[in-house]
Amino acid sequence: MSSFMSASIGRKFFMSITGLFLISFLIIHLTLNLFLTFDDSGTLFNLAAHFMATNPFIRIMEPLLSLGFVIHIIWSGWITLENMRARPQKYEYGDQQLSWWAPSKNMFILGSMVLIFLVIHLTNFYLKMKFTGDPLLSSVNIDGTEMHNAYALVSSLFMNKGYGLLYIAGGILVGLHISHGFWSAFQTIGFSNQVWLKRLKAVAVTVGIVFAVGFSYIPIYFMIKF
Amino acid sequence: MADIILNKIYVKVWRQNSPKAKGRFETYQVENVSQGSSFLEMIDILNDKLILEGKDPIAFDHDCREGICGMCSMYINGHAHGPDTEVTTCQLHMRKFHEGQTIVVEPWRAAAFPVIKDVMVDRSAFEKIQQAGGYVSVNTGGVPDGNVILIGQDDAEEAMDAAACIGCGACVATCKNSSAMLFVAAKVSQFAKLPQGKVEAKKRAKAMVAKMDELGFGSCTNTGGCELACPKSISIAHIARLNREYLSAKLSD
Repeated sequence: MSSFMSASIGRKFFMSITGLFLISFLIIHLTLNLFLTFDDSGTLFNLAAHFMATNPFIRIMEPLLSLGFVIHIIWSGWITLENMRARPQKYEYGDQQLSWWAPSKNMFILGSMVLIFLVIHLTNFYLKMKFTGDPLLSSVNIDGTEMHNAYALVSSLFMNKGYGLLYIAGGILVGLHISHGFWSAFQTIGFSNQVWLKRLKAVAVTVGIVFAVGFSYIPIYFMIKF
Repeated sequence: MADIILNKIYVKVWRQNSPKAKGRFETYQVENVSQGSSFLEMIDILNDKLILEGKDPIAFDHDCREGICGMCSMYINGHAHGPDTEVTTCQLHMRKFHEGQTIVVEPWRAAAFPVIKDVMVDRSAFEKIQQAGGYVSVNTGGVPDGNVILIGQDDAEEAMDAAACIGCGACVATCKNSSAMLFVAAKVSQFAKLPQGKVEAKKRAKAMVAKMDELGFGSCTNTGGCELACPKSISIAHIARLNREYLSAKLSD
């Protein structure tokens, strides 16, 4: 097992599995967040947030998700360092084979920017909902159940233009990261061939666009409507 | 078609006297180069000039000069084998360059491919990977009749596509991580698709990947640059097969 952990393909295997796991989390995250735009009273989103905070399966998945993030982040740093060591001297003329902005060439940078965004995002919401609390979170009663008014906290932040733009940027960065990461993960676990390579690349771009547009749409909705 | 002559071009080339010596770029002027001549012929012209001037000629690898041997290895204007597709440096022609252009020539850059002299690098790391498992050592008997062992057309074609790899190292040179995955994938794939190679498939995948890692090549991050630079257009779909072969071999340990 240790030789697998330290082998180049072994390291990439962990990146792929955690990456796909994080994408599955993002699909749920985006779906729930879109509830913000379906019901301006906030009831639908508050119910969804309450479900996520109390459902036993989600409670079990939460530490696993954190572990997934930690492994994905640490392994990416490890792989990047090893890869830098494999080319101690750079080319004078650079690499003209792929565009400088190609997500595949910038996964570590894109991932690092997503990480910075993630820290801000967790401070804005998760930290307040779980630990420190916030006056905006004062409880609401929906159908006889007391719960946090998560909608009030989220909508107030998205109405702020600065944060709105930051969240749009975050959505685009995640989308770019996944437009390469999605098909790359399948390639690394060996689920690809001449035919599926083209299909997976097309699906990856589609998934990336869905995340970028989906996550950007929510702050845009609040900035325009309110 | 009338031959077009490039009256003056400039070659900015990496000069390094020995593996341990500090290298530097030097720029030379080359005159009256036919666009019909190959890139290596242009370097030959430049070297003749350097010798007449009493200077050290540029050391570079070359052998067949017809795109088969995989010896020529120059990183030209940001492209392994220069700004053309599906060709080796020896097949690159001066018609890809224009009057007065400065052409930057660098050696393959990878920790696993140390510079020997100028733009000549040591690619014996590829041979070491091959020696680790890129062969069939089981007794396959005498030469069988043509159709005794039936192999599907698709499998035969894929094995042949993989076997087209000439081991030039353009994949390593192009990859931002100096990864040798396309080379190893091609060498594993050419056997994995054939019955004779399947017997040792697991051992082969593990041994060749372990040797590749040991020699200091980077990890594949699926940028796809290798496939674009490969003079034989080896597909990165072979890398997916190598991953599959390696992971299934490790799972069955």
